[in-house]
Amino acid sequence: MKAGIVIFPGINRERDMVIALEASFGVKPKMVWHKDTDVSGLDLIVIPGGFSFGDYLRCGAMAAQSPIMHAVKAHADRGGYILGVCNGFQILTEAGILPGALLRNASLRFLSMDCHLRVERADTVFTRQYQTGQTFRSVMAHGDGNYFADTATLDRLEGNNLVALRYATKAGDITPEVNLNGSAHSIAGILSPNLRVLGLMPHPEDLVDPMMGGADGKPLFDALAAA
Amino acid sequence: MNPVVNESLARSFGLSAEEYGRVLAIMGRTPSFTELGVFSVMWSEHCSYKSSRVWLKQLPTKAPWVIHGPGENAGVVDIGDGLAAIFKMESHNHPSFIEPYQGAATGVGGILRDVFTMGARPIANLNALRFGRPENPRTKRVVDGVVRGIGGYGNCVGVPTVGGEINFHPAYDGNPLVNAMTVGIAAKDKIFLSAAAGIGNPVVYVGSKTGRDGIHGATMASTEFSADSEDKRPTVQVGDPFTEKLLIEACLELMATDAIVAIQDMGAAGLTSSAVEMAGKGNVGIELDLDQVPARETGMTAYEFMLSESQERMLMVLRPDREQLARDIFAKWDLDFSIIGRITDTGRIVVRHHGIVEADIPLAPLNDQAPLYTRPTVDTPKQEKLNPARIEDRYGLTAALEKLVGCPDLCSRAWVWDQYDSTVGGQTVKRPGAADAAVVKLEGLKRALALTTDCTPRYCLADPEVGGAQAVAEAWRNLTAVGARPLAITDNMNFGNPEKPEIMGQFAAAIRGMAAACEALDFPVVSGNVSLYNETEGKAILPTPAIGGLGVLDDAAQAVGLALPPWLDIVLVGATTGWLGQSIWLREIAGREDGAPPPVDLAVERANGDFVRTHILNGTIRACHDVSDGGVLVALAEMAMASGIGARMMAHPRDIPGHAFWFGEDQARYLVAVPDHVSFTRIAEAAGIPAMRLGTSGGQNLTLPDGGTISISTLRTAHERFFPSWMDGDNS
Amino acid sequence: MKAVVTVMLKAGVLDPQGKAIAHALGTLGFAGVEDVRAGKILEIEMSETDPVKAKAAAEEMARKLLANTVIESFRVSVEG
Repeated sequence: MKAGIVIFPGINRERDMVIALEASFGVKPKMVWHKDTDVSGLDLIVIPGGFSFGDYLRCGAMAAQSPIMHAVKAHADRGGYILGVCNGFQILTEAGILPGALLRNASLRFLSMDCHLRVERADTVFTRQYQTGQTFRSVMAHGDGNYFADTATLDRLEGNNLVALRYATKAGDITPEVNLNGSAHSIAGILSPNLRVLGLMPHPEDLVDPMMGGADGKPLFDALAAA
Repeated sequence: MNPVVNESLARSFGLSAEEYGRVLAIMGRTPSFTELGVFSVMWSEHCSYKSSRVWLKQLPTKAPWVIHGPGENAGVVDIGDGLAAIFKMESHNHPSFIEPYQGAATGVGGILRDVFTMGARPIANLNALRFGRPENPRTKRVVDGVVRGIGGYGNCVGVPTVGGEINFHPAYDGNPLVNAMTVGIAAKDKIFLSAAAGIGNPVVYVGSKTGRDGIHGATMASTEFSADSEDKRPTVQVGDPFTEKLLIEACLELMATDAIVAIQDMGAAGLTSSAVEMAGKGNVGIELDLDQVPARETGMTAYEFMLSESQERMLMVLRPDREQLARDIFAKWDLDFSIIGRITDTGRIVVRHHGIVEADIPLAPLNDQAPLYTRPTVDTPKQEKLNPARIEDRYGLTAALEKLVGCPDLCSRAWVWDQYDSTVGGQTVKRPGAADAAVVKLEGLKRALALTTDCTPRYCLADPEVGGAQAVAEAWRNLTAVGARPLAITDNMNFGNPEKPEIMGQFAAAIRGMAAACEALDFPVVSGNVSLYNETEGKAILPTPAIGGLGVLDDAAQAVGLALPPWLDIVLVGATTGWLGQSIWLREIAGREDGAPPPVDLAVERANGDFVRTHILNGTIRACHDVSDGGVLVALAEMAMASGIGARMMAHPRDIPGHAFWFGEDQARYLVAVPDHVSFTRIAEAAGIPAMRLGTSGGQNLTLPDGGTISISTLRTAHERFFPSWMDGDNS
Repeated sequence: MKAVVTVMLKAGVLDPQGKAIAHALGTLGFAGVEDVRAGKILEIEMSETDPVKAKAAAEEMARKLLANTVIESFRVSVEG
């Protein structure tokens, strides 16, 4: 699988993503500037974290209108793989590629800490090196990660088993205490109906090396590399 | 219309009558309004260091690994692998009191620019913060704004905030301290300096547009506060971290070419200080055409252009044949790029606006004849050494411990850290709270930097010379405690009104102590900043020489943290006398803030630290924590809370009262966890290093020799309560 | 002409900022504050001189970028 990272001005976790992808894929991903329109040859498009266009107006709103997003949408329509992390997830929802929206954290404060994510289904290209129901540790770092969707959308996500990851205790329990940003249904990450687009708020790319405190996020990138 | 320039106007700009006389002599005529503005900001305390320069010269600034010491935008040290670390700490105290969010945010932005302007990619931020009493309602607003501001800016630019410190004291009620530090990395043969060169070369302005914000910020930072300072609100600048991020990327992209001759950020005193310093350092002249400066507002005057402190702006001198290359890079990043002048051979700064010469000043006298004062000093009276046997303990060890770990100065800072992105970049090996110093790896290498900020202001007030030495020694100790080799420091000297002899005496004594420590520990000062006039209505802050320390680890995997592992022996390295004077125990438990602070024996400091570092690097020491505020028992509790593993402690020596042994603050000590205390203490003894077994780790409680037991969960509850309940609780 | 676009969170969407402001007003002694909703106002200077066309253009801007209609509603007015 050939991976590329889309860079919008203000994106700031692209270096972390390069390290994680290179560690699993063995080659550096292609970097694509947002004013470009060509994503041909890429199997996986990654939109990393940061503050695209300063996150002014709304997180991800202006990036979602950038020229490259037409190509990203076409890639999704062709059944291509897309991973959006943090700001990348916000951009995917703003662009309508994934449903819902990310609101301000319920605490109104930026949250930078470890969290545990429960894998809701392990039969996707992103999660298949985890087990269903397993938890893994991840870093989160966001001010607007409070997942919101109307009831019909949430019902559809749940009914079609499109919730990929939820905030959980280490033991896998879903409790309000560990749903720090206030997300509906403790949702940390969701999938597209064809299971080829994953958007999530936490940063698996920041835990891919035991020296950095753990490699809990590495199976996600290993699984993609093997696809 | 500009007001008439005379001595009274000069005084309102902060120049003394004598200084204004000097301006008249240099100019040979009455200066224009704009020229007076240039002199007043260049000769302000903030830009000229006129009260502090004579003392700062005493600080050691050289070592074989120092590439650039004080005098550049930031200090530069060789860290191996062909790389240099570039770092500095700078204050944004006054703006942070007036508008905490923007004051702190632009403080972070300013120090980032000082570092990337030298060609470095910023890899870490730290901040040393001092606030007033928590009971003061204003303090809560200041803390909330400052923490949001630091996070809001640092998180957005994508530089991890990895460390720092927070103290509370009533002396900071009307004058909080916000000292921000940035560390960057560059190839050591690709450092960019600010000295302009090349007659005829273009002077280029890049970044944000200029507005009227922050006019006279540099002179505001050089005067005392009064009750009506809150009216000065409009002079505070507003930060735009998004533009800063673009500026970092665009500058680093341009720096990879050979286009730049010289570069400097526009910080305090804006275009004035950057143009004057660049031309002055290069012994050339500079011509500016203000009609070419990108403006955000209409109708701005020459004076306003020259003194604006709008953020996220840089000034560069380019090779003439690289103009287009540079223009294209800044266009790619959607940043303003404008040629606003040329380098000349006149030795003067000439400023034109609408075709009229608004300022024409000879640079040499503006710099050389800047005022320099050796202000009178008075020594701080020495306090007596307290006898611990005569200070009664009515509390007991466990109760005192529970109270101490929950007090504002010692409680968990997680509420603060959790709002700072500490992991962006993917290189943070030791996050805030995990070790005595933050450890940040260098991308693609094994090498890592260790970073800390330190100062104990209550020691500095009691004895500024000891306090100055202690601040440097503690920074050195914190770097050592993770296994790093300490290399150099940046200092941020925060003091009151230097025109008062007792304040200038504090400053002079702190410098003496710092100089002795830097010398003894081979730990030179490579950059720094002075913030004076930190007073409100005549009341000064505690003398606060904040130290930012930098060390290096050849292999990040060798770094140790403070979390206590199970089933190891706990050994105290360093001698204990039970020093209670100026201790946190004395203040929080006995309700006293007196006595001499613990002495700092620099030879012992060095010997103990070198011993500990050796045994971290050879793998013997599995966890390490320096003993500082709160003494041995607080250090032990912090280690236990970090891992969730308890310990059983042994009886202390009979010749020291229990509370003095466990809570005293003797210096040069470390708590270490080792597999075998017998061989460790034997090696220490052979090396002449005091080392004493204190207990063994394991279980979920701390069991003390007086029979008291306290669970880790009780300690954690006490430790973690203060910030969330104070800041987010329903007690407002 | 100037178009003024007011963007508010939809009624069903939790507004923690508004809630916090309501709480703060209560603690400041303003009795009877039942609810606060926080939103934003955007003022757009336009060269268009026809108010109908200006309004239509601003509504299009709001739909496309200024508001996220998943969570937000908007209102447009134009001024001379």
